[in-house]
Amino acid sequence: MLMKFKVRGGVHADERKEQSTDKPIRVLGIPPLLSIPLSQHAGLPAKPIVTEGQHVLKGELIGATAGDRSASIHAPTSGKVLGIGRIQAPHPSLLSYDAIHIEPDGLDTVYVPENPIDPQQLSAEAIADLVDGAGIVGLGGATYPAALKLKAGSRQNVHTLILNGSECEPYLTCDDMLMRERAAEVISGAQLILKAINAKQIIAGIEDNKPEAIKAMQDAAQAHSNVEIRVIPTRYPMGSAKQLIKVITGREVPTGGRSSDIGVLVHNVATSFAVHQAIYQARPLISRVVTLSGQALETPQNVEVLIGTPVQWLLEQCGGLLSTPTRMLMGGPMMGQILPNTGVPITKGASAILALTEEEINSAPVSPCIRCGSCVQACPMGLLPLEMARHSRADDYDGANEFGLKDCILCGSCAYVCPSHIPLVHYFQFAKGKHRENQIQSRKGEYTKSLSEARMARQEKEAAEKAAAKAEKAAKAAARKKASSNVEEV
Amino acid sequence: MMISSPHAHDRSSVERTMYLVCFALLPATLLGFYLFGWPAINLWLLCIAAALAGELLCLSLAGKRLSFALDGSAILTGWIIAMTLPPWGPWWLAVTGTLFAVVIGKHLYGGLGQNLFNPAMLTRVGLLISFPLEMTTWANVNPITSATAPGFIEGLRITFVAAPLTDALTGATALGHVKTALTASIPSSVSVAEIFTLKDALTGFTRGSLGETSALLMLAGGVFLIWKKIIQWYIPVALIVTVAVMATLFNSIDSERYAPAIYHLLSGALMFGAFFIATDPVTSPSNVKGQLIYGAGIGLVTFTIRTWGSFPEAIGFAVLFMNALTPIIDRYFRPRIYGYNYKGTPLKAAKE
Repeated sequence: MLMKFKVRGGVHADERKEQSTDKPIRVLGIPPLLSIPLSQHAGLPAKPIVTEGQHVLKGELIGATAGDRSASIHAPTSGKVLGIGRIQAPHPSLLSYDAIHIEPDGLDTVYVPENPIDPQQLSAEAIADLVDGAGIVGLGGATYPAALKLKAGSRQNVHTLILNGSECEPYLTCDDMLMRERAAEVISGAQLILKAINAKQIIAGIEDNKPEAIKAMQDAAQAHSNVEIRVIPTRYPMGSAKQLIKVITGREVPTGGRSSDIGVLVHNVATSFAVHQAIYQARPLISRVVTLSGQALETPQNVEVLIGTPVQWLLEQCGGLLSTPTRMLMGGPMMGQILPNTGVPITKGASAILALTEEEINSAPVSPCIRCGSCVQACPMGLLPLEMARHSRADDYDGANEFGLKDCILCGSCAYVCPSHIPLVHYFQFAKGKHRENQIQSRKGEYTKSLSEARMARQEKEAAEKAAAKAEKAAKAAARKKASSNVEEV
Repeated sequence: MMISSPHAHDRSSVERTMYLVCFALLPATLLGFYLFGWPAINLWLLCIAAALAGELLCLSLAGKRLSFALDGSAILTGWIIAMTLPPWGPWWLAVTGTLFAVVIGKHLYGGLGQNLFNPAMLTRVGLLISFPLEMTTWANVNPITSATAPGFIEGLRITFVAAPLTDALTGATALGHVKTALTASIPSSVSVAEIFTLKDALTGFTRGSLGETSALLMLAGGVFLIWKKIIQWYIPVALIVTVAVMATLFNSIDSERYAPAIYHLLSGALMFGAFFIATDPVTSPSNVKGQLIYGAGIGLVTFTIRTWGSFPEAIGFAVLFMNALTPIIDRYFRPRIYGYNYKGTPLKAAKE
């Protein structure tokens, strides 16, 4: 089916997807050491529930959810817990975070849950609980705990589940390959999600540059009357939930709202596949498909990797590097993070490891803004990046917000087309952080002010009460005096 | 190290933008060299050299990278000024004018990207007001290959010694002729017929600055820039349509007094202005709505000054006038943001 609705802005980046799609997904073995970070999701880190030296089985819970937007983590294979220690996070900040280190025993003994479940008989609530228990997060990159979306979705009036198979980032083909090879499971998972949120139909949006995936999904959808495969144009950032919803439904998510406000919920195809595995195979999220690509890489391909696998080992298993990459990335080139080194582990959100050469990055020194408006045209949100950058540079975050900073999705389309090579996303990330800081500061200030005002009011009240009591006492005393004198008079 | 995404780029650059504009100007420039000979070439070289010198001076004073001088912006400014001068004008007109544009028009405002007004148009208007005689002495078309054309040495003499040109060698531009005729109560219908032929206007065999010669080559250059996505069609189309509509309207009211649209569109620097001046990114609005308003505004002011003002050509004035309004246009006309309605209030969630 042809697309119905136009998406505004966006860019058509060099796709470079063909390098990694000529081979099937390769299931990679068990590395000598696994480091499973406690923080692989949007919210608070998981709480470790294993101790040093403990033997764990494949799929056993090793970190429990701990509060706000947290997700549980599981042992990717059987082995011994070496301990919990700090490791470098896959982030250019060079900050470290906690991870559970497991030395695999090579047996890969599977943990069998006590109560087997019947997938057909599950209630909506039970599905959400199982998804929660399996530690599934949004695998498109946002890593928001999937169960929270299911629970919120079931409370609202969601009629359509949109399956995000757009995979708009250049180089990335992990979702493409997943749909080609495991379409039936993807749709099975989607049916479970549909049930969990009590929606009526599933629409899978796939960009028109993936004909094989479209075909596979269409074939798998034949058996389902409530599934539609929608071919959408190839344009970055089509995979952003807001843009995908607009293209598929023609409606926009109100600013500050959620997609469920307009009756839809978006889940990535890989997330849907993970839900299928969790419920039909009792397998929590312990592995994922990762795209390895970039010109500095010997054999670009897709691999299914255990969470916690060191990137270095992964690269060695897959042919290694051809040349020293100018930049190593985790994720796609448009929104991915720079990897400070290859010692970091694969996390749930790691859709790709890219080893890029200078030629691919095309970095250049920054020139002044010539106000050409390319960024305005490229912005899929209708913002004015040049003005946002101008105000951000001057530390005027309110000004930047006025031109759309708070609606910015950091997709990087503006910086991609900027002839002056201005690092716009860099500015916006910084400005968003600063603005949040200022807001917290001013909220703190207001709180302090309200406390001191309350204190002053209380003191005044107490003083007034004291004065009133004193006056009353004095009046009573006077009355008594008067009474006694009256008595005397009598 | 730059640590933020994206880690890819579409390979555009300021240099590419500037040099593609220069490239688009090349055909009309070469035609100008052919029509007006060595003096035109001298003037063009002087403008480019002065622009580079001014740019280098300002960059070093401001402590910026000197390599910015080759980003193409200074060369383009010099080039555009060369296209607005009388081709046989004296050297000091080119040098002072270009230095004024680069030093005062551009760098005093903070350099590339910071200037409120189009530097080349500041120069054009400044020179026109300061040196009205030199700026309105238009050499006759005298192709460089013809026997009467000045040779290289003669060309140097015309540019540098700057002896006043004899009347035999000069004449009025089409716009100037029609304007003068009107003051002498000769109807436009007559004066336009005297000086304006469609073929000459299209091919450029007409008196004027290099930018006022061939409407066809300017149009081709403009289309090239739109194709290369260096400029967008909004400003030029809004400008041209506005002038065409105004001209047609008034011409149909009184064809004796008001010249037809085709004359307005093809004479003077209208095409040059529409595609190369008004589209200057720095001094024009940054989004579609603003650009349409801006283009239409330039068309309106141009037609108004051409028709009722005292100057025969008005693109420069009109561009500067709309430059002044650009910040306000940018402030009040913005794209609709996703998740908001056109008034800028958030969309409402679905009723449950």
